[in-house]
Amino acid sequence: MTPAISCAGLTRRYRDHTALDDINVAISGGTITGLLGRNGAGKTTLLRIMAGQEFPTAGSVRVLGAPPAENEAVLRRLVFVREDQAYPDLKVGQALRAASWFYPNWDRALASALLDDFGLRAHKAVKKLSRGQRSALGITIGLAARAEVTLFDEPYAGLDAVARQVFYDRLLADFAEFPRTVLLSTHLIDEAAAMFEGVIVLDRGRVVLDAAADDLRGAATRVSGPCLAVEALAAGRPVWERRRLGSQASIVMVGPLSADDREQARSSGLDLTPLSLQQIVVQASTGVLAPADEASSETERTSA
Amino acid sequence: MPELAGLDEGTPLFVQVADRLAREIADGGLAEGERVPSTNELAAFYRINPATAAKGVNVLADDGLLEKRRGIGMFVATGARQRLLARRRAEFTQRYVDPLLSEAARLGIDTDELFTLIKEAGHEREGASL
Repeated sequence: MTPAISCAGLTRRYRDHTALDDINVAISGGTITGLLGRNGAGKTTLLRIMAGQEFPTAGSVRVLGAPPAENEAVLRRLVFVREDQAYPDLKVGQALRAASWFYPNWDRALASALLDDFGLRAHKAVKKLSRGQRSALGITIGLAARAEVTLFDEPYAGLDAVARQVFYDRLLADFAEFPRTVLLSTHLIDEAAAMFEGVIVLDRGRVVLDAAADDLRGAATRVSGPCLAVEALAAGRPVWERRRLGSQASIVMVGPLSADDREQARSSGLDLTPLSLQQIVVQASTGVLAPADEASSETERTSA
Repeated sequence: MPELAGLDEGTPLFVQVADRLAREIADGGLAEGERVPSTNELAAFYRINPATAAKGVNVLADDGLLEKRRGIGMFVATGARQRLLARRRAEFTQRYVDPLLSEAARLGIDTDELFTLIKEAGHEREGASL
C-alpha cells in the first residue's frame, strides 16, 4: 500500500542550524501515529513541511501521493492544527463556517457537538478566547474537517486534563467511524500513548525511533536486585542504564525475556518491571538508544 | 497510566485486551455463543487505538476461541471456556506454585511447614465463609 505520508532524505537547514537531517519515514494510511521528541527536536518543522507550509532544503515529502506545497488538491484533504494557532478577527461560528467551506468532508454535527463538549460559544470573538479555548477551537476544526490527513502539533496548550480527555475520546470515536491518517505531536506521552499505532521519535532533527507502539511495550525491562544476580541475567545483552547502590543494582535490559529468564530472575530474587512506552521514548530521545550490536559501548556509561 | 481502564503500559496492549477477554470467557462473564464487544466498543472502553483492539480480538479468533459471523461480529466459540480453564490449570504450577516454592526456600520454610501453612490458610477461609 502507498503510504499516506512519506519523506525521503528530507532535510531542512536554517542559517545556523539543521532542523531536520535526512528524515526517511513512511506513514501508512488509516493509522494514528505519535510524533514524539524533546523541544527543538524538529517536530513542528516536520509537520509544517508535511502541511506544505514550509519547503525542505533537500529531499522530498509526499502527502497522498503528491508534494503538498501549493497543491490545493492535497491541501483540501489535509488539516493542520498548530499549537497556538492564530485566527483572523472572527467569531467562533464564522471561523467554523470558513473551515466548512474549505474542507469537503466537513461535519457540522460533529463541530457543534465539540463546541458543546468544550463549552465554546459560536458568537464569541476568537480574540477574546482564552488560550485553552483557542486550542479547543483548533481541535474542533481538526476533527470536524475529517481530512484524510490530520496533523496535530501539540494541539492542547492551556487545555485541562478533562478537556484533553474529551479530545482523545472524540478522536478515537471519530477515527473508528471514519478512519484517516492522524499524526499527533505531543509531550504528554503517557496520556496519549494508547491511541498510537505507530510512534516516531525525533532527536536533534533525526529519527531515532520509528516503530509500532505495541512492539515497544515490554521491549525493555528494568531488572533490579542483588548485583551479581542482575549481572548474571544481563550477561551478553544490550543494557541501557546501569545503577548501583551498595550490593544492589538496577539496569535496563533490552529485548524480550524468555520463560527461562523469568525463572532465573525469580529464583535469584530479581524484580522485573517492563518499561512503559514513555520510558522507552525518554531513553530514545536522550540518545541512549543503541542498536543491539552497539551495546558493548554501554558499559562506558556505567555509573558506580 | 490512569486513563487506560486498568491496562498497564509495560505489556503490548493487544495482549492485554486478549487476556482480558479470555479471562472474562473463563470466568463465565461472556458466555459461549454470546457476542463479544466490537473492536470500536473495546477501543472506546479501554481508550486505545481500534487497530490495537482488533489485534487483541484476532488473537482469540486465531486460537479458535472466538468465531466470526459475517456482518454481525465475533462470538464466543463452543468449548472456549473449557479450553481456557484447562489452560489456566496447566499454568497454575508455573504461575503460583513455583514462585511460592522459591519464596519459601528463601525464607527457609520447608515443604512440611509449607503444607501446614496452606492448610491453616485454607481452614481460615472456610471458617470465614461459614
